[in-house]
Amino acid sequence: MKTCKEVHRLVIEGQDRKLSLMERIAVRVHLMMCGACRRFETQMQFLREAMRRLPGR
Amino acid sequence: MTEAEFQAELNRIRPTLMRFAVLQLRDEQSAEDAVQDTLLAALEGRERFSGRSQLKTWVVSILRNKIVDRIRQRSREAPLPEAGDNEAEDFDGLFEPDGHWADKPADWGDPAKSFEQGRFFEVLDLCMKALPENLSRVFLMREVLEMETEEICKELAMSSSNCWVVLYRARMRLRECLQLKWFAQGVGSE
Repeated sequence: MKTCKEVHRLVIEGQDRKLSLMERIAVRVHLMMCGACRRFETQMQFLREAMRRLPGR
Repeated sequence: MTEAEFQAELNRIRPTLMRFAVLQLRDEQSAEDAVQDTLLAALEGRERFSGRSQLKTWVVSILRNKIVDRIRQRSREAPLPEAGDNEAEDFDGLFEPDGHWADKPADWGDPAKSFEQGRFFEVLDLCMKALPENLSRVFLMREVLEMETEEICKELAMSSSNCWVVLYRARMRLRECLQLKWFAQGVGSE
């Protein structure tokens, strides 16, 4: 199983490249069991959403 | 909308355009030029503005293109230094040697609450400005101009893996900055 350190990296890279099927499965499985990484993923989605709202303000 | 109304409306959104352009280009003069070009293009293309979308949205999309043109030109003239592979290690301290979080991510609560507060975007601006230019340029192309990663790498003549490293570092730094300057101040967090 992948560590949090590996998963946080994949969570970020998933915003910038298409993850392989194996990578996606590994991330999903890890996130199911790890609240800390789920929070991290939410933070990254938050950041993206915030940036999208920036220009029109 | 009459021409005068149209012009008045453009004037009204000018400060927003300037703020956006300065953030992207990090230089008042280039920002000023990009905004001028944009306003001119908007005036000339007034018939093409159907009124279906908001004027601001339409003008911002013109500005985006003007900014991309400038970034393109700039990266041809002065390529940014490559991010070294070792620099990706900056964030090792967040993890235990066994790969678990040493410093668990905080709960940022309901993001919508932050978006309602104008102050939040000031903090975000501040955090963006604190990024080294090579990181912010790539990150802004990705997130604000919404370009595909491959497109950005091509424009900036970077390898894909270098692009990912740069984007990784930008995201991690912004996360750290928002945590410190916004969420740790008791806004939105538990």
